[in-house]
Amino acid sequence: MSNVGIVIVSHSPLVAEGTADMVRQMVGDEVPLAWCGGNGHGGLGTSVEAIMGAIDKAWSEAGVAILVDLGGAETNSEMAVEMIGEPRSHKIVVCNAPIVEGAVMAATEASGGASLKEVVATAHELSPS
Amino acid sequence: MAASDFSRLIAAAADTIAAHAEELTALDQAIGDGDHGLNMQRGFEAVRAEADAFAAKSLPDALTAVGTKLVMTVGGASGPLFGTLFMALGRELPPAPDRAALTAALGKAIEAVSARGKSQPGQKTMLDVLQPVYEALAQGKAGTEIAEAADRAADATVPMKALRGRASFLGERSIGHMDAGARSTALLVRAVAETVEGF
Repeated sequence: MSNVGIVIVSHSPLVAEGTADMVRQMVGDEVPLAWCGGNGHGGLGTSVEAIMGAIDKAWSEAGVAILVDLGGAETNSEMAVEMIGEPRSHKIVVCNAPIVEGAVMAATEASGGASLKEVVATAHELSPS
Repeated sequence: MAASDFSRLIAAAADTIAAHAEELTALDQAIGDGDHGLNMQRGFEAVRAEADAFAAKSLPDALTAVGTKLVMTVGGASGPLFGTLFMALGRELPPAPDRAALTAALGKAIEAVSARGKSQPGQKTMLDVLQPVYEALAQGKAGTEIAEAADRAADATVPMKALRGRASFLGERSIGHMDAGARSTALLVRAVAETVEGF
């Protein structure tokens, strides 16, 4: 698929899956989409390994935008991008945006064939700078 | 560093984290999400399980492997932060470092942790221990003095207001509690100082 992919990373698998459901309702299968949540041991949290897996699943040559909830999700997502390494890391952006609104808006933008830069900009418009 | 020395280092680090896991969790429960002790213990036990394989590597490669294992197993924000510390030390250290090389590498590693956490010393984090440890190293202090400096630095996070991490959500209410990451950093520094000969 040539559209930008969306990855949703929440501390809670329920929040991540629910957000993904909302994205799917908006954009159908037009956008590669993956989510992960939980620390991998049954508790709340985020896992670098799971995030790397979600990025692989939603991978698009057009790039991947990641939407996160609390700080640890951002830190772990940045770590995952670094561990994936070049050249793919240049096509992955961790967005500074509210997770639900950001994912829906980013996916809607992506479904129209927008570039990674445009998708990320749409998500960032939701955040007070 | 000989392989047996690196194995002893891993054992000392895992032992002290395990011995203080409940204390670390209690600190984190006060102002964080209450999983720091358990997370760190899980990570260091995973490192311990591969201690022999890690110890067979060169020191830089061994530290990188420890860091990667911590990233993958600790979870929470502590995984990337402590993982970055060890991975950066692995990147910066020569195979047989002297004090000057260790000091320089720790300086670089502190920069890497600071970038990872988007944080600076003074914000009630592990950096508030790492920075004084770096300064003590640079001043040529002995291992016991460095360990004491780390303990004092962890204690000094008590009156600080958290500006990063989950504790920052509490604002003023974070004052009066020790930062769990600072405490676990001090524990690790003491384990290293007491294990490595001539530190």
